[in-house]
Amino acid sequence: MSAPMPGVPALQLADVHKSFGATRIIRGISLAIATGERHAIIGPNGAGKSTLFNLISGRFAPTRGSIRLNGEEIGGRAPYRTSRRGLARSFQVTNIFPRMSVHENIRCSALWALGYRYNFWRSIDRLRDADERADEILARIRMTDRRDTLAGVLTYAEQRALEIGITIAGDAQVILLDEPTAGMSRSETEATVELIRTVTQGKTLVMVEHDMSVVFDLADRISVLVYGEVIATDAPDRVRASAAVQAAYLGTQPDA
Amino acid sequence: MSIRERARSTGAQITQGRNTRSAPGSPVSADAGAMRTYRSWIAAGVLLLVLPHVPGLDSNFGRSLLSQMGIAAVFALSYSLLLGQTGLLSFGHAVYFGLGAYAAIHLMRAINGGLPLPLPLVPLAGAAGGLAVGLLFGAVTTRRAGVVFTLISLGVGELVFAAMRMLQGFSGGEEGVTANRSRGPHLFGLDFASQLQVYYLIVFWALVAAALMHFFIRTPVGRMCNAVRDNPERAEFIGYSAQRVRFTVFAAAAMFAGLAGGLHAVNYEIVAAEAVGAARSGAVLLMVCIGGASHFVGAILGAITITWLQVSLSDYTAAWQLYLGLFFMAIVLFAPGGLAGLVMMHAPLLRRAAFPDLLRAYAVASMPAVAMLAGAVMLLEINYRLSTQPEAGTRITLLRVSLDAATPWPWLAAALLLVGGFLAFRRTWPGVAAAWQRATGEASAGGAR
Repeated sequence: MSAPMPGVPALQLADVHKSFGATRIIRGISLAIATGERHAIIGPNGAGKSTLFNLISGRFAPTRGSIRLNGEEIGGRAPYRTSRRGLARSFQVTNIFPRMSVHENIRCSALWALGYRYNFWRSIDRLRDADERADEILARIRMTDRRDTLAGVLTYAEQRALEIGITIAGDAQVILLDEPTAGMSRSETEATVELIRTVTQGKTLVMVEHDMSVVFDLADRISVLVYGEVIATDAPDRVRASAAVQAAYLGTQPDA
Repeated sequence: MSIRERARSTGAQITQGRNTRSAPGSPVSADAGAMRTYRSWIAAGVLLLVLPHVPGLDSNFGRSLLSQMGIAAVFALSYSLLLGQTGLLSFGHAVYFGLGAYAAIHLMRAINGGLPLPLPLVPLAGAAGGLAVGLLFGAVTTRRAGVVFTLISLGVGELVFAAMRMLQGFSGGEEGVTANRSRGPHLFGLDFASQLQVYYLIVFWALVAAALMHFFIRTPVGRMCNAVRDNPERAEFIGYSAQRVRFTVFAAAAMFAGLAGGLHAVNYEIVAAEAVGAARSGAVLLMVCIGGASHFVGAILGAITITWLQVSLSDYTAAWQLYLGLFFMAIVLFAPGGLAGLVMMHAPLLRRAAFPDLLRAYAVASMPAVAMLAGAVMLLEINYRLSTQPEAGTRITLLRVSLDAATPWPWLAAALLLVGGFLAFRRTWPGVAAAWQRATGEASAGGAR
């Protein structure tokens, strides 16, 4: 895992581009996110938010530009390499291991970080630390009572919580959450916001979110993404007040 | 809710029910679980020691059948590491079985020629051979999963089979390579001239292999096999290269398949090109699907069932492969969890008050089912006989009943049984569904209590 270095941003993007064929989805994004910052990315549908996450986490390789994690280039690296460097992500569409128990989902997600790698000579049930880590995460996402349920039969809200559990199990220092409250009711959203606040304590958080109350509640800074470009990066109050942002995104109802 | 959906949802409840009883993380329950596992292994060992002395199995034929089952069980277990644990469908797993068998038979020949090595170690040469080839081919074939993996495995299978037919010096082609398991140093006076000694050698290695595979799926990489099966993409986002996980399990599966091949070489003292062939690759797929890929015992059940059918059914009818195929289709369509899945579905209902009801409903439904089956078998047998041996005439004996296929009566009787049985079966089936609902409804009510 690459350690945070003083003065070096946890995540730094410099002139990142991504095209699919002739279609330019990301058109030169530069962004620096400091260690410990909670950063939200907002923007209208099709602005490229998910693509940006996919570039950072290694699902796609950028067409050009550089992406640095604690100063180290990670652009175009395989997802498992970036994950090993201490960057974890969740998915907008729930992405779990359905035929494994909830506990096993979390335990597997902690294995690499605990150093077990491709170990085939130790019984997993005797790995105390992995077991304890999994149970601790289960308690944090409040799913201890669902420990031995198959992940595939959980309710939607439970699967969303498990999604976050898998993401934080490896104790990554930089966490990317892709619409963590999508499709949730008001009360579920509030519970999730609290959950995110506690589990990302002392870590760097980057999130894509449509729910503005969540964004203004959690984020230290907000970047507004429109047509593959960041048109503003600032504190929540100033983003809300910015005329350019209102025109491009919040624009329809300035009073809202 | 259809009966099958019901079955599935109950299956999920059952899994939950069983696991919640062992309280989270409590060391007592973990030890109790380990104790139970330990006891089942001891019981299996004792059973295997006694089996060749049970009347009916204490002949050379019976012991040979048991030996074949043991070999098939190791082979099927190795295949279920791929299919059941990792979701990799291979059409060429016999490559590793067969090349392991060749490694072992050549070592046996060297022992016959004076190499001072006791026979019980020969299966290890099979394992080493399987592992070596598995590492070689696995590096290429596991680069992709899904259909691509399946197609490449088919290609590798054909390639190796063709190579074995060409490399006569190594493989002996279709005649094969022979060796003598008794000519060599005799450890503890064991000469392996009797089938009983060979059986015990097979049992020893089969137990070792089964225990190692059972352990393997409970290691970090074994669990990641499940993760890669369920969701290879997410596995990559928690730090694991799905390809490396597939490669590791592939090498392990090839090694155990090679061990099974080594046992095959010891058992038959001959290995021919068919050992790497597509028919054997197909047979192991059949075993694991029929037994059930998602349970450890499934592969063993399947290996026992298929070996028994191969040996015994072929005594009764020349069309046995046809029946095997139909049986396979029936399992895949109506019991996708295989035999082990059926057992697991019923095990938690055993003590329910409604269970006798369910049995009664099964008994009622089985009568028209048997009639339907009898009609189908008659039609098949008559047709098979008339088309494959027209010179033998139209008089046919089925289960000691003599028929003349030139008259319309056998055809009418068969058609009547088939159609009547089917119609009656359709009428009895709702009874089974209702009994199932009652038994499982009770089960879920019990779970909620």
